[in-house]
Amino acid sequence: MLNDVADLDRVFHALADPGRRLMLERLGRGPASVSELGKPLSMSLAAVVQHVQILEASGLVRTEKVGRTRTCSLNPVALRSAERWISERRTFVERRLDRLGEYLAETADPAVPDDQA
Amino acid sequence: MTERSVLHDTFVIERAYPAPASRVFAAFASKEAKDAWGDTGDLSEPGADTGAAEFDFRVGGHERFGFGYQGVSYRYDARYYDILPGQRIVYSYEMHADGVRISGSVATIEFAPAADGAGTTLTWTEQGAFLDGFDGPEASSLRQGGTEEMLEGLAKYLA
Repeated sequence: MLNDVADLDRVFHALADPGRRLMLERLGRGPASVSELGKPLSMSLAAVVQHVQILEASGLVRTEKVGRTRTCSLNPVALRSAERWISERRTFVERRLDRLGEYLAETADPAVPDDQA
Repeated sequence: MTERSVLHDTFVIERAYPAPASRVFAAFASKEAKDAWGDTGDLSEPGADTGAAEFDFRVGGHERFGFGYQGVSYRYDARYYDILPGQRIVYSYEMHADGVRISGSVATIEFAPAADGAGTTLTWTEQGAFLDGFDGPEASSLRQGGTEEMLEGLAKYLA
């Protein structure tokens, strides 16, 4: 469980940078080499490599070296833990709004139909 | 050491209720009504002190309460910015989990006559800044919600 918390921290850290999010967006369209990932960003190759390392450490991205090229691909499983975390809030609101519907039905005054209230 | 990070998320939930906007609005406007429907059944008394509760439904007023969920004590502190009876409610709120500030959010609840003329459409828009990945012991329990629902905000990175 301690590992889970550390994993989640790394995912949030990785997602907190706009450049890394752009890289994830690009990888959502399919695998890419490190230099391809850096192309739309105005940064040095060394900086791109650093970002890829952070993405890889978070588990969001997997890399594989084929010959002289390192190919990156998305690992959607890691992103799911961050999604679940935020979706707690959304689910909470949804459950409360379901309850609101029940409450409105329970408290309706049969003598005054709602469409005439 | 706490790793600092912020994750932003916006979600919109729409619900239709077969009741006039005045009744739907009233369900948010008093503590009695809110208590009657606000409990989703899986909340408990907080294990730790979460401060005084308050319900002051007016512009500038606060709503504060504490609750327990999956072993974590939460504190909710909201401030109302805009209240138009039968039309909309705008408020911000911060959340603390076991004394750690975990988020700051803005919620907008809009009430509109349903398209077919009967009932009310409620639109709940919430924009949140989620802080530091819920660093600490609460992180794992928060993840146990069990929902597999995909969130637009993050899913778009994969689209």
